[in-house]
Amino acid sequence: MDMFENLSLAIGSLKANKMRTLLTLLGIVIGIASVIGIMTVGSSMTDSILGAIQGMGAGNITASVQQRSGEEDDGDFAADAVLPGGRSESISVQATPTISDRVTDQMISDFRENFPDQIENISLSESVGSGQVKDGRKYANVSVTGTNSGYGAVNDIKIVNGRYIKDADISASRNVAVVSDKFAKSIFGSQEPVGEQIKIYQGEQIYVYAVIGVYESETSNIVMGAPVAEKDIRTNLYIPVSAAKSWNGSESGYMSFTIRTRVGVDTDAFLAQAQSYFDRYYARNQNFEVSVSSMESLMNAIGSILDALSLGLAMIAAISLIVGGVGIMNILLVSITERTKEIGIRKALGAKNAAIRVQFITESIIICLIGGVIGIVGGIGLGLIGSQILGFQAHPSVFTILLALGVSMLIGIFFGYYPANKAARMDPIEALRYE
Amino acid sequence: MNSENMILMQDIVKRFFIGCPNELQVLDHIGLDVRAGEFVSIVGESGSGKSTLMNIIGALDRPTEGEYILDGVDMGTLDDNKLSDIRNAKVGFVFQTFNLVPRTTALKNVELPMLYAGVSRTKRTARAKELLRLVGMEERMTHMPNELSGGQKQRVAIARAMANDPAIILADEPTGALDSVTGRLVMDIFHSLHKESGKTIVLITHSQELAEETERIISLKDGRITGVRKGSN
Ligand SMILES: Nc1ncnc2c1ncn2[C@@H]1O[C@H](COP(=O)(O)OP(=O)(O)O)[C@@H](O)[C@H]1O
Ligand SMILES: [Mg+2]
Repeated sequence: MDMFENLSLAIGSLKANKMRTLLTLLGIVIGIASVIGIMTVGSSMTDSILGAIQGMGAGNITASVQQRSGEEDDGDFAADAVLPGGRSESISVQATPTISDRVTDQMISDFRENFPDQIENISLSESVGSGQVKDGRKYANVSVTGTNSGYGAVNDIKIVNGRYIKDADISASRNVAVVSDKFAKSIFGSQEPVGEQIKIYQGEQIYVYAVIGVYESETSNIVMGAPVAEKDIRTNLYIPVSAAKSWNGSESGYMSFTIRTRVGVDTDAFLAQAQSYFDRYYARNQNFEVSVSSMESLMNAIGSILDALSLGLAMIAAISLIVGGVGIMNILLVSITERTKEIGIRKALGAKNAAIRVQFITESIIICLIGGVIGIVGGIGLGLIGSQILGFQAHPSVFTILLALGVSMLIGIFFGYYPANKAARMDPIEALRYE
Repeated sequence: MNSENMILMQDIVKRFFIGCPNELQVLDHIGLDVRAGEFVSIVGESGSGKSTLMNIIGALDRPTEGEYILDGVDMGTLDDNKLSDIRNAKVGFVFQTFNLVPRTTALKNVELPMLYAGVSRTKRTARAKELLRLVGMEERMTHMPNELSGGQKQRVAIARAMANDPAIILADEPTGALDSVTGRLVMDIFHSLHKESGKTIVLITHSQELAEETERIISLKDGRITGVRKGSN
């Protein structure tokens, strides 16, 4: 028999018992809403966290000098832990890298020349520490980092005024600095900062630098730690890496550097090539090696953990859906008992068992779909509110919505089948005699 | 199909099993034949088995024993789905208590047998309207059963019984719940269906007076046929 007739029949009988229908809907609405809400907050959280990691340079490859972890050494290390201040081997295990262990400028430029098709840029940096720039009563907190020209490109530093540090600044060890827009505002106000001299106070020392550029400081949407007054916020101040080395008298060479690959380069293949390239340099170094890694794999791992977490929470919420489904089954059983006579009449008029079954399953599906739609709307609302509170950008997913609709329908079929089948199998005579 | 016999029953026995030893024999070796186009009545006191017999004739129930052929079809061989088809296509029921589907308009009630027969929407609506007009209910098509009087409900029920143009109409005390005036009206509809449409009609009634109007009167007592005679007019 035709579907339209079944639909209008189902809607008619749901309308006849409005209060009952509403209460039955509630179970499904709550179940679907909580699943959708959790999934929405979950995927928003995943997107935000992965986005933040991506912003930190997930596409980049990091090479760093690391202690070798041989099996022998591990054993010594364990023994060392048991016997503090123990044997001489422990010194080699916990060796601090010396100048000969560091990656040299020469190695880096050779490396770069070796892979011209893969490497777009290499970022070098030397952290100097925090300091303060003062000018009369005005001040700005900074964290000073020595960088090369590639640093700006690899870390997507956006210059809004002037320029970034060039190779020439490094070779000449010029006293030039790139400051944040926040910094420029607090020290220079509306005055043009490029070309001005600034005094950087660090401990006992005072350094005089010329501002050559201003970058746009990004406002992170993930706030961590205690809130700081706007004017006390510490921003980065970039100086040539050669100048930084002379500031803190550190050795030449680097403990780590970052590589940005060209678009379309197979990261995994390049990782392996870069690793074997540096393995040759460090083949005779017993304590140290250069380890090349990308953040992509870390990101994938974090992403799947977060996904599993929100899926797990959604599963728990799904239990309320089962409760809702049982509610529907209960109401349908009451309803078919009340309508026994009607079922008898329909059978007397020639309705087959299948027709009766379809009629009641349709009713069950309709309840679940209405509940599902209301639940989806409510769940997206909950998800938006939840994401807002947690400070994430909310992304309700179409997939989740379609899934929820499918699940509602399945619940309707699953929990509607038993009552519908019971109705379908009624004996026509007994149903007709039912008072 | 226009076979000589619409109903052909031989040694029909119906027993109900109410608890293990309590076997209740309601119909006792009934033999009955009704010609196509005949208008017969079944009379008997309450509890004599009239409704049970009608349910078997109408393929709502199966006999415990015996052979039953309806319009050339041996009912003993059919499964539940086939019996549904027979009820839908060949039988039109009219009950004492009307048995309209509640919360469903007169029109939709008349459409029901056609719906189950798979008739298209436009066709079944058109035919339902036509049938309601024939029983004088065209003004009440959109009314719900609870908005209709007993006589009006029974007229809708007759229209519904006619929906699929059945071979036989089975009416179980159709005037039992009506006053004599509306009862008369309902009887007149049956007469016109018999005369004008040539329907086979089996009428179960308490009223001797109404039974006399039919072609043949079959008396039932304790599940046995005790007499068959012609109607007096
Ligand atoms: N489903 C049933 N189960 C048990 N007994 C029944 C059933 N249907 C009818 N009976 C019994 O069969 C007898 C005949 O009933 P019925 O055919 O309804 O009589 P009538 O219609 O002539 O008044 C009654 O005694 C009734 O109690
Ligand atoms: Mg009876």
